[in-house]
Amino acid sequence: MEGVVAYENDLNLKATELRLGLPGTERNQEQAVSCARNNKRPLPETGDQNGGAKAKSDAPNTPPAPKAHTVGWPPIRSYRKNSLQQPKQTAAESSVMYVKVSMDGAPYLRKIDLKVYQGYPELLKALENMFKFTIGEYSEREGYKGSEYAPTYEDKDGDWMLVGDVPWEMFMSSCKRLRIMKGSEARGLGCGV
Amino acid sequence: MDPYSKRKKELPERPPESTRPSPFPDEVLELVLGLLKSNKDRSSVSLVCKDWYNAESWSRTHVFIGNCYSVSPEIVARRFPKIRSVTLKGKPRFSDFNLVPRNWGADIQSWLVVFASKYPFLEELRLKRMTVTDESLEFLALNFPNFKALSLLSCDGFSTDGLAAIATHCKNLTELDIQENGIDDKSGNWLGCLPENFSSLEVLNFANLNSDVNFDALERLVSRCKSLKVLKVNKNISLEQLQRLLVCTPQLTELGTGSISQELTERQYTELENTFKHCKNLDTLSGLWEVMTPYLPVLYPACTNLTFLNLSYAALQGLELANLLRHCPQLRRLWVLDTVEDKGLEAVGSNCPLLEELRVFPADPFDEEIVHGVTEAGFVAVSYGCRRLHYVLYFCRQMTNAAVATIVQNCPNFTHFRLCIMNPGQPDYMTNEPMDEAFGAVVKTCSKLQRLSVSGLLTDLTFEYVGRYAKNLETLSVAFAGTSDWGMQCVLGGCTKLRKLEIRDCPFGNAALLSGLEKYESMRSLWMSSCNVTMNGCRLLAREMPRLNVEVMKEEGSDDSQADKVYVYRSVAGPRRDAPPSVLTLSGI
Repeated sequence: MEGVVAYENDLNLKATELRLGLPGTERNQEQAVSCARNNKRPLPETGDQNGGAKAKSDAPNTPPAPKAHTVGWPPIRSYRKNSLQQPKQTAAESSVMYVKVSMDGAPYLRKIDLKVYQGYPELLKALENMFKFTIGEYSEREGYKGSEYAPTYEDKDGDWMLVGDVPWEMFMSSCKRLRIMKGSEARGLGCGV
Repeated sequence: MDPYSKRKKELPERPPESTRPSPFPDEVLELVLGLLKSNKDRSSVSLVCKDWYNAESWSRTHVFIGNCYSVSPEIVARRFPKIRSVTLKGKPRFSDFNLVPRNWGADIQSWLVVFASKYPFLEELRLKRMTVTDESLEFLALNFPNFKALSLLSCDGFSTDGLAAIATHCKNLTELDIQENGIDDKSGNWLGCLPENFSSLEVLNFANLNSDVNFDALERLVSRCKSLKVLKVNKNISLEQLQRLLVCTPQLTELGTGSISQELTERQYTELENTFKHCKNLDTLSGLWEVMTPYLPVLYPACTNLTFLNLSYAALQGLELANLLRHCPQLRRLWVLDTVEDKGLEAVGSNCPLLEELRVFPADPFDEEIVHGVTEAGFVAVSYGCRRLHYVLYFCRQMTNAAVATIVQNCPNFTHFRLCIMNPGQPDYMTNEPMDEAFGAVVKTCSKLQRLSVSGLLTDLTFEYVGRYAKNLETLSVAFAGTSDWGMQCVLGGCTKLRKLEIRDCPFGNAALLSGLEKYESMRSLWMSSCNVTMNGCRLLAREMPRLNVEVMKEEGSDDSQADKVYVYRSVAGPRRDAPPSVLTLSGI
């Protein structure tokens, strides 16, 4: 598995590297790369204050950096996961449906009420205004062409999907949160894949 | 006539009476041993001598098989001719968390075929993590005329059609318990398939199903079944419907409600309150889907004798929980969501002096920005108030070594300690140190510890402690922990009673795997995924230990030499022949 192979290669470098961080702090770098989820994952404190010597001897102690949405973690049965998410979706009766919106590079998140919009064009326009950027033209084959941003959302199963593929109603009932992906990650997701 | 006594004379395996004068005729010995219920005792008894082995075999009516591939149905039938009740467990536990490929195996069908021939009078079947198809359920319903009790927990492969088959054909059904399964809910009127004069049901649990059931059929069923003790409905049953059901079933001991979210008139509320007042026999209460707080008090009168309260699907706040708990003086087991937060857990500490088991599940396990949920403070508060606590499952986002040390000092009798700090590899959030000392305290203090799940930032030191102190440990779950092979070696070398070891995402490699060579035959199974084990290591293991089944599940696109997921288990049935292409069975030959 990729992560494990990388770990084995890294081992040699890290063993000779002089560091002051505590065990587990190497993960900061790996998380920045692999953490596709958001900008605010609570990271263990990079404590330079104490335990420097301890850190060196524990340097090889790097559990493979958990990727965003590590499979099967936290260890909760699928049945329970799905049951807990449903009540939020059956708030179809309720008049508001706030979801968080994050944008890569932005310092804080925003919240929007999906019920306010009648369809995708309105939603995308609102996002463009909120974050001051332009989304490209949507096509089923190529996603959002013409910009370096791609609007994505996390669905009920925890997967990241491109906004616009499914009918609006279906999107409303399965969207848990939005994320505007930027740059190379966005290109990998929407365009020509 | 007892069908079994006839077969007894026909079976050639029945050995002749022992030539040594025995104090008891065989039948008397069988009668005496027949009184033994515990499988552990029966296993011990069977080792005394041949006579006792045979007598035990002939008098056993219930068999428990913890790993369906450790033995074959033919072998089971050969040894135990008079089985009426079977409990089978299939897939490795991590299949609950989607770590096992879909078509992995553990299909019940091959067992049913043998049972149909060897145990035609089978009465009970309890399955956990098995694949059960609709065809199998129909086969079961049609081939076992005495069949009484079906329990499916965390199984998959079937739909409501299969349930319909059971309902239609099982004339003597007393128990239908469908829990937390991957069920294809086609709706349909499976409940209505129970015949109109059918009245033997004692246990009905369909809380798992999301579709509507025919309420009229349910109401009629429930009023006919005077022996009904356990009723757990699904979330589509409204409060009003529940009330009508409860009026017919004052003798219930376990109740799973539907959703508590319907708008009630004052008259309806009073009626419901009165109905619950008459549910004095309830010892277990669960369900409470989508609960609307104002209606919780309606339940209070029914809580006087409650010993088990399962609120793990009810997003209660701390205050609501506190108010409810004041009415549950006899509580021994409590399951909650972390929406109750530390305040709610303080209330647990204050109101539940008899509490023995606590499980706190996360309401929002995948949202890392949430700063809510429970912390170490809640757990500590419970430990001060509930000194009899011995089972805990606790999901949290922060923990400290000091807190855990305090907790086990207050509650030294833990038998099951399952702590899940949800952010993998997270240290003590106050000192920034690894959580080694926390688990060290657990194993040093809790000498009766049978089951342990560790989490947080852990070095090999944790496993040194475990190996040195956890002498009664039977099950260990490890994720994102450890420093080197040494950690796993300590556990394998020190935990003499270890039966199940499951590891994921840890830096343990071949040296660690192979250090347990001698040990795996005394264990039920070993699971290692996303560790540093290679195919060569697994091949070596398979070669050295031919009575172990060594299975490797490969992931797409992974390195050829890596053994992504390894499942090792002892078996007297040899390598299995039903593995899908993604599962490689490494043979020692």
